[in-house]
Amino acid sequence: MASKEEIGMRFVDEFREPELISKTAEEIRRLADRERHYRMMEVCGGHTHAIYRFGLKDILPENIELIHGPGCPVCVLPMGRIDDGLSIAQQPDVIFAAFGDMMRVPGTLGSPLEHKARGMDVRIVYSPSDALKLARLNPDRHVMFFAIGFETTAPSTALTIMRAKAEGLRNFSVFCNHVTIIPAIRAILDSPDMRLDAFIGPGHVSTVIGCRPYEWIAQNERKPIVVSGFEPLDMLQSIVMLLHQLKAGEAKVENQYKRVVPWEGNRAALKAMAEVFELRPYFEWRGLGFISQSALRVNAKYAEWDAEQRFAVPGIRVTDPKAAQCGEVLKGVLKPHQCKLFGRECTPEHPMGALMVSSEGSCAAYYNYEHRKAAMVSLSSMA
Amino acid sequence: MCLAIPGRIVEISSDNKDSATVDVVGVRRKIDLGLLQDDKPVPGDWVLVHVGFAMSKISAEDAAEQMNTLRMLGEIDGAMQEVRGYGLEDVN
Repeated sequence: MASKEEIGMRFVDEFREPELISKTAEEIRRLADRERHYRMMEVCGGHTHAIYRFGLKDILPENIELIHGPGCPVCVLPMGRIDDGLSIAQQPDVIFAAFGDMMRVPGTLGSPLEHKARGMDVRIVYSPSDALKLARLNPDRHVMFFAIGFETTAPSTALTIMRAKAEGLRNFSVFCNHVTIIPAIRAILDSPDMRLDAFIGPGHVSTVIGCRPYEWIAQNERKPIVVSGFEPLDMLQSIVMLLHQLKAGEAKVENQYKRVVPWEGNRAALKAMAEVFELRPYFEWRGLGFISQSALRVNAKYAEWDAEQRFAVPGIRVTDPKAAQCGEVLKGVLKPHQCKLFGRECTPEHPMGALMVSSEGSCAAYYNYEHRKAAMVSLSSMA
Repeated sequence: MCLAIPGRIVEISSDNKDSATVDVVGVRRKIDLGLLQDDKPVPGDWVLVHVGFAMSKISAEDAAEQMNTLRMLGEIDGAMQEVRGYGLEDVN
């Protein structure tokens, strides 16, 4: 039977600079205080996926626990918003356009894909500007783009709305579900059952917002945060940087992903967001509940391109199935496999909760890598 | 959706300075440069592309590394599908 370490290293061997990875893993072992248990949250769903894919857990010492954060936009979207978006698209002559990630996400009466099978005009687009192009190609229809994403994606939606206005294209609107990462981190830190030591900061969100917005986490909450890249070496180096800070009793914002993330972010992207969006007073997050000033909506200047202002929106609220413990998993209180539905009623093929839908959701990532790996190991031990 | 795909700028449109042709391992598509107003790329530059918009300029070396990361994450097919989809090429 393959040992835990061997399984981890098998993934790592495929990487550039495997020696540097081993050295960094050694350094982590050296720096981590054996008497202490470390809980570090990776905020970004891309990191969650990478951690499982690369088997990083297997090369970290057992007293470093990685908690999966709220940074998967599909996962935190409440089911009612999907129902609302689909109800607009029930109206005659409306085309529902969304990213492929949204297509399998269940609403009360099925996913967008299932609505398509029942006759709704549902289109996959890979860019918001392609939804705009659909509107140009279908002047007698209305194209509604179902927008999701954190600050990585929101500027592209904003610029697309600006282009629609500049063109005078009136058969296009956005159903805006863009959310912002900072209030979600704040909500997690405020949660009484949550104890975290440090944060691995999101990579691509930070290309837009930069590193400054995290300073309160360091200054007020006294938690170190390191903005990190997505390669195994990036994440291991970020953990080294966090351990150095924890050892020295410091709490700073550091940027491990300098090659992509400028400290000040992307000013043009922030400007586009400020031009088109305003903060909602509050927004519901799946698993986290209502969080004030945590999401964006289209402002009055661009009201004509806001699906919520143009169409009647039912404002449906749907509670998750009682047995599903998405909220506890999302806050890191439970591990994915500790949920009663995990791997039985709820699988990537038949997701009950959103954490199982997206490959960046912690349940799907856990299912796809850990669950299958455990099955493989137990099979090989039987042989 | 959260993919950041490295591409090399081939050509800036003559009629629209915010539109450029980008090459992602041989696949060429139009992308939007509007979010790089402050630091406009020129042909030959490498950029990270997210949902059809260039998000940041990167070095050729980082572009190669990013491609490797996508490969290791098992996301190359998804990334190429996304890039091929830009411009509605796959939509009827």
